[in-house]
Amino acid sequence: MTQPLRLHVPEPSGRPGRETDFSFLRRSAAGSVRRPPVDTSHFDTQDLAYALIRVLDDEGNACGPWNPTLDPVLMRKGLRAMMKTRIFDARMVIAQRQKKMSFYMQCLGEEAIAIAHSFALQPGDMCFPTYRQQGLLLVRDDVSMAEMMCQLMSNAKDPIKGRQMPVMYSYKRAGFFSISGNLATQFIQAVGWAMASAIKGDTKIASGWIGDGSTAESDFHNALTFAHVYRAPVILNVVNNQWAISTFQAIAGGETTTFAARGVGSGIASLRVDGNDFLAVYAASLWASERARSNLGPTLIEWVTYRAGAHSTSDDPSKYRPADDWQRFPLGDPIDRLKQHLIKIGEWSDAQHAQAQKELEAEVAAAQKEAERHGTLLDGHIPNAASMFEDVYEHMPEHLRRQRQQLGV
Amino acid sequence: MNAMTTDKKQAATPSSDGTKTSPMTMIQALRSGLDVMMGRDDDVVLFGEDVGYFGGVFRVTEGLQAKYGRNRCFDAPINEGGIVGAAIGMGAYGLRPVVEIQFADYFYPATDQIVSEAARLRFRTVGDFTAPLTIRMPCGGGIYGGQTHSQSPEAFFTHVCGLRTVMPSNPYDAKGLLIASIECNDPVIFLEPKRLYNGPFDGHHDKPVVPWSKHALGNVPEGYYSIPLEKAAVFRPGRELTVLTYGTMVWVSECAAREAGVDAEIIDLRSLWPLDLETIVDSVKKTGRCLVVHEATRTSGFGAELAALIQEHCFYHLEAPIERVTGWDTPYPHAQEWLYFPVPARVGAAMKRAMEA
Ligand SMILES: Cc1ncc(C[n+]2csc(CCOP(=O)(O)OP(=O)(O)O)c2C)c(N)n1
Ligand SMILES: [Mg+2]
Repeated sequence: MTQPLRLHVPEPSGRPGRETDFSFLRRSAAGSVRRPPVDTSHFDTQDLAYALIRVLDDEGNACGPWNPTLDPVLMRKGLRAMMKTRIFDARMVIAQRQKKMSFYMQCLGEEAIAIAHSFALQPGDMCFPTYRQQGLLLVRDDVSMAEMMCQLMSNAKDPIKGRQMPVMYSYKRAGFFSISGNLATQFIQAVGWAMASAIKGDTKIASGWIGDGSTAESDFHNALTFAHVYRAPVILNVVNNQWAISTFQAIAGGETTTFAARGVGSGIASLRVDGNDFLAVYAASLWASERARSNLGPTLIEWVTYRAGAHSTSDDPSKYRPADDWQRFPLGDPIDRLKQHLIKIGEWSDAQHAQAQKELEAEVAAAQKEAERHGTLLDGHIPNAASMFEDVYEHMPEHLRRQRQQLGV
Repeated sequence: MNAMTTDKKQAATPSSDGTKTSPMTMIQALRSGLDVMMGRDDDVVLFGEDVGYFGGVFRVTEGLQAKYGRNRCFDAPINEGGIVGAAIGMGAYGLRPVVEIQFADYFYPATDQIVSEAARLRFRTVGDFTAPLTIRMPCGGGIYGGQTHSQSPEAFFTHVCGLRTVMPSNPYDAKGLLIASIECNDPVIFLEPKRLYNGPFDGHHDKPVVPWSKHALGNVPEGYYSIPLEKAAVFRPGRELTVLTYGTMVWVSECAAREAGVDAEIIDLRSLWPLDLETIVDSVKKTGRCLVVHEATRTSGFGAELAALIQEHCFYHLEAPIERVTGWDTPYPHAQEWLYFPVPARVGAAMKRAMEA
């Protein structure tokens, strides 16, 4: 029997005016997924790559073998950092609308991932982030929010001298590799950095980051191959926020399988984790970092979350997805969930939360005021023109000197 | 669909030969070209990042999935090498794929498929297999896109034998050249200067954008027409100096000539390679002076090839050294965009140098 062949083009169940059916997430019950020892082989993580590791249940209880029993002091620190990140993002979106910066990207709804993950890293480790891990910087006390805003506003105090678009931070001293506008390139670089640490017999590990959409790039697969072959001390984070601009994650290859499953197929121990569950994120990150630090090699973690905001300030998601999609997303809001847990165990209260919100809003507003003293893109207080010719090479060659003179700067 | 119905609602006026024209932006003209070709030829298929349901980040393919179905217009995984490689396979089958690279700055992962495969398939198979693809990519700066949303990589492509490289400067040419590119059996790199999508841009970024509806070249036939590849256009006739340019810089050069008071003949190359050498040589022989303008970085840019050709073909007619105005040899900066961009003052100064030499 011959029949006409058909092309399958995946399509999300929800579109504007049509609700999403989220059953594809196959949400496991909190506490129901096993936690194997860190020296487990990739082969024995197959079930974990298809399940969903969760600690916090819908009532705010921490359950099961992945419960990290985190010190409430650290949980409060994490909660504050998530709140700060959300406030920071909201203010920067407004500043972009006021044309104080050319562009902005928020991480609304994904705050838990970068912040809880950072608790499993140590000084000297290096993250190779995407543009949606500002939480890695905002959780730290040694990176000034005002300085980050100077980068965003491309002003005279922009630490990278106006050379990159907003959000493309670079903070070597804070373990934060420069962000490239070209997707996925940093994923294999993270593996190379980790290999270097192993070559030198060091103790540092790397943490690479990539979005669901970008896993389609060859550099993702390059990273998996190199990480597996050399058993590199690296954590390979896939942030599956369901969307790549207007494109649903099924187009990146997430339909009827998971991104974590890619890792298992490449010989890498892999986990699929509720990315909106602060405690699960911390526990899984710690598991992966212990593996890397003990010469047990790489771990791939798929963080399941939802990109609650627009892709960027240039995007309008109402054109391609239901307006209430995030409200209906079954994994909820990471801030609400950790807050609920802390209140439940008597370590936090609504009043404290409101107080923290007020303090953080004031802190972010003060940082913005400080940053704007050095100018914004709007008022033209940009880094000087001559600096544009620097750092193309270590030493400026003659042709660039000539070009700089031609520009008259 | 909605954008297309809006286009149709705009006053359609018959042109001299009886075909209807209507005001279009470059985005609408490109969309119209795709629509016409998809309607005429079932083998034309479109894909690329975000081009399906959403219609592309610049909305060029808006409405085409709804009109032609998901088999003919669909989203691709974020893998530029995959997009071009799959298009080559489809071309080998007999389709005529038109793919979008979201920004020209992202073609690099597709380099191997473009350079080693698409460009040479005809040669290595003596024409047994061909790669009749059109690879569309928005290029150029002027939108605060920084180093990864601003590049003009045309010289990477003109350096590769077997590729055709095209860059329109207005809606009328954009549609006609796109149709010719789709019909062409060679792989065509179709570069779209994104700063021109919504209106001509003369390089004065602080002035309000003039919409295409206010310009004759924004008046575009609704139906089928094509503009031959390998044909330049004399954008502005003049006697004193020849300007060889393309894309956004056509408009900047015109403004510079006006401001500098130079009677320049501005040639819009349109097809960068293969090139309309005859039009160029005729003009330079007439004026005896030549300025090359492009937004791309200077060293080994396409201007170097143009200068070499002028030297080979017009040396004894030259009254002044050939001038070049280009982007600086630095990555495209974000904040200092307008110090990098070859603005009319820089182009005008070079015109005066050529006149005084
Ligand atoms: C090589 C390359 N191709 C295309 C783009 C354009 N682009 C920027 S972000 C993006 C979507 C990325 O989605 P995902 O990886 O899921 O990350 P998210 O934005 O959801 O965090 C695309 C296509 C790019 N920056 N680089
Ligand atoms: Mg995504």
